[in-house]
Amino acid sequence: MSKQYPKPKLVPVPSTNIIPERDIDKSPILECRHLGIDFGGLTAVSDFNMAIGRTEIAGLIGPNGAGKTTVFNLLTKVYQPTRGTILLDGHDTHSMTTAQVSRAGIARTFQNIRLFSRLSVEDNVKIGLHNQTAYPMWSGIFRLPSYWKKERVAHEMALELLSIFDMQDLADHQAGSLPYGAQRRLEIVRALATGPSLLLLDEPAAGMNPSETAELMENIVKIRDTFQIAIMLIEHDMNLVMGICEGICVLNFGKIIAKGTAEEIQANPAVIEAYLGKKEG
Amino acid sequence: MSFLSYLITGISLGSIYAIIALGYTMVYGIAKMLNFAHGDVIMVGAYVCFFTMSGLSGYLEPGSVAAAVVPQVAGVLLAMVVCTILGVVIEGLAYKPLRQAPSLAVLITAIGVSWFLQNAAQIMWGAAPKNFTSIVGGTVSLADGALNISYVTMLTVVACLVIMVALTTFIGKGKMGKAMRACSEDKAAAQLMGINVNATISVTFAIGSALAAIAGVLMCSAYPTLMPTTGALPGIKAFTAAVFGGIGSIPGAFLGGLLLGIIETFTKAYISTDLSDAIVFLVLIVVLLVKPSGLLGRIVPEKV
Amino acid sequence: MSGKAKTLRMRKTTVNSFINYAMVIVLFVVTQILIGQGAVSNTIQSMLVPVCCYVVMAVSLNLTVGILGELSLGHAGFMSLGAFSGIITAAVLKDAVASEPLRLAIAMVVGGIFGCIGGVIIGLPVLRLRGDYLAIVTLAFGEIIKNVIQVLYIGLDENGLHFATKESNMVMSEAGTFVVRGPMGATGVTRLSSFAAGFILILITLFVVQNLVDSRAGRAILSLRDNRIAAESVGISVTKYKLMAFVISAVLAGMAGALYGLNYSSTVASKFDFNTSILVLVYVVLGGLGSIRGSIIAAAVLTLLPELLRNGTINEYRMLIYAVILILVMLVTNNPTLRGAVDLIAKKIRSIGKKEKAEGGAQ
Repeated sequence: MSKQYPKPKLVPVPSTNIIPERDIDKSPILECRHLGIDFGGLTAVSDFNMAIGRTEIAGLIGPNGAGKTTVFNLLTKVYQPTRGTILLDGHDTHSMTTAQVSRAGIARTFQNIRLFSRLSVEDNVKIGLHNQTAYPMWSGIFRLPSYWKKERVAHEMALELLSIFDMQDLADHQAGSLPYGAQRRLEIVRALATGPSLLLLDEPAAGMNPSETAELMENIVKIRDTFQIAIMLIEHDMNLVMGICEGICVLNFGKIIAKGTAEEIQANPAVIEAYLGKKEG
Repeated sequence: MSFLSYLITGISLGSIYAIIALGYTMVYGIAKMLNFAHGDVIMVGAYVCFFTMSGLSGYLEPGSVAAAVVPQVAGVLLAMVVCTILGVVIEGLAYKPLRQAPSLAVLITAIGVSWFLQNAAQIMWGAAPKNFTSIVGGTVSLADGALNISYVTMLTVVACLVIMVALTTFIGKGKMGKAMRACSEDKAAAQLMGINVNATISVTFAIGSALAAIAGVLMCSAYPTLMPTTGALPGIKAFTAAVFGGIGSIPGAFLGGLLLGIIETFTKAYISTDLSDAIVFLVLIVVLLVKPSGLLGRIVPEKV
Repeated sequence: MSGKAKTLRMRKTTVNSFINYAMVIVLFVVTQILIGQGAVSNTIQSMLVPVCCYVVMAVSLNLTVGILGELSLGHAGFMSLGAFSGIITAAVLKDAVASEPLRLAIAMVVGGIFGCIGGVIIGLPVLRLRGDYLAIVTLAFGEIIKNVIQVLYIGLDENGLHFATKESNMVMSEAGTFVVRGPMGATGVTRLSSFAAGFILILITLFVVQNLVDSRAGRAILSLRDNRIAAESVGISVTKYKLMAFVISAVLAGMAGALYGLNYSSTVASKFDFNTSILVLVYVVLGGLGSIRGSIIAAAVLTLLPELLRNGTINEYRMLIYAVILILVMLVTNNPTLRGAVDLIAKKIRSIGKKEKAEGGAQ
């Protein structure tokens, strides 16, 4: 009798992911395979499989505490995953740091706004442009030609990016002194400044009134169309999610319970029970 | 035998560091501040005990039982009372108004308090060193005189153990201890649960300062030179001991203090007297690099 | 519109920098004129080089504490490295380099290099850690430097430098002399420092720090202070920029140390202890975190203040007064109630002043 070696459970790779048909010619910008993380024995996210098309606007929804922000933190390596792989543009981001992932093309905003609040609006965007307008430290100290050239480029790019949200006139204001909505918009501009191929928005419409939200929806679509990038957003505002998101992923207790279009999600009994059902009842 | 003798000296010195470190760590755990004036409270405690003892000894008949006990007991008790009051007053006047201020502002204020205490002591008691009389004299000779242990050494170790046990029980069991733990976790939440946060912090300072008084008396009994800057270096070392063990952790302060004392004594004995401070601090750096939260501290993950 | 806004903004930061240069230059010129007229006492004159050193120390520490946002309690350790390496360099070059200013300049560069080495050795492992660890490790580092120099014996003879850890172990020829003698520190130092050298070092410091802060690297450093997680999320390498700020700060402290060490005929290592680090930190905090001008003024005034108080009945109480002022300033600037009260009083005084002016104008 031959020796029995321990046999692991077999898992399908790649898993059954969905992306918009128009993006099918290219590999997905992001693909998560069996992604998971434990916090001291507690499984916060497990078996997270998802793909995002090159120009997709994807939604990640779920009740509070479902692990949505944790997924963002895993993608940006704020937390190192316990299991699974993240493929960004086909490249494994394993062992990358947050800064390296940013340079590789993932930008994000934060649920609780994280601006450089004591710096000016323009400086916030210029810090986003950090890796695109590179020149050495001593060039800055000794004011060499590359300093003047790159600083001018950074200034022009910053104003151009701010103009997406008509914020160029606020360039000299202190970021922390802006009204709430403008701070959220500035965070998006700063994220865009890094030149991402995937933009992660964590509750971009939080605290906004319906008309502001409608404007935001328009802007998100505009950003996708202008920059031709993929956007993934976490949002509790169902009008926004159902309105602009193409592929939607529903997370509950750290697990994906449904994937599909807005119509499919709205009709899914598991989702209604876990999430929408509660809201209606 | 000399190894054993050094070990005992080390444990005794470590016990003093541990008592001081307990004060640091409690204040850090609850008020989240580095109380740099803690070392100078030690010095005040030692001075109060010194003057009480020398003041009282004149009134008592030399050689009597009373003369051997009363000044010492009175000195220690008075030092504890004065330091407790001093600690609470410092907290109320200098630190309490800065509860919402950035930690650096509190740190600088604590440094101001430290300078104030040192200079006030110098004006009141002079810069010249005083020769502190040990609160208990004499030594025990063991193994035919090969091993001498002074009573102060024994008293120090016993005092440290008693303090450690009492403090653990107090914080683990008592109502006030529970309030302290709650405050160290989350002051705002503790307040909502009806805990008087300000009173809790005051009690913490009171306990820490009383411990500092004991440490001051024990330290000066073992190392009798007393001057206004006496508390500064032991204060810094005890602070590193608290970090070494894991700041905010009471067993950590105990362990850190003890280890620091032993390392320092062994370094002096076997490596170099002059370089002992450098080696002690080097060990601290290495420990922090290997285990950033200290020996018994826990890492608090950052919320994103 | 935006173009106008830009020139305005550019003008604001540049103007701020130039005010600092102008202030330093004017103070230097005025002091020189006063010295020429004999209006400056010898005590104050002897304080001028230390004042320059402490200004550089404060501005460079501000780079770590105010601009990078990391607490360092061992800045004097870098000053110490700079002082002793500078003194040794000057002693070695005594015959080779005849010109004293040149020898001083070389010594200061060497001091800066040693500051740099110290900064990298401390910064590289520690800056990866979070929280107050930098504070604790820099504190420990400062004490280690002090302690090591206290047991170091360095002799100089025609064959070069000789090192020993005990005076009796020193092997050198008969013509040899001790440059550093353990706890007694450096003795028999040829004094090379001058007020002008200090003035130039301040200008260099201002040039480096102000230009750095107003550049891409400076913005990255500021972003780490304001929000580390957000900075990382836009691709800024935490270790690189923390180390950059920390090492530049250490280099400047090393240069200041060399200037300081060569200003006295003897220097002991215990001069650069924890208290000196704290003193510089106090200058930075009182001058305002991140404010270069504040650091310059606070360092200059507070270095001279204890000396100015050194007469009459105040003498005994001067350090006590200093401590009380420090506590009061911290309370007033950081407690909302006290701050409000002070603002209110200031407003009242101002409005009274205005009224008087207005009345004066009406007459």
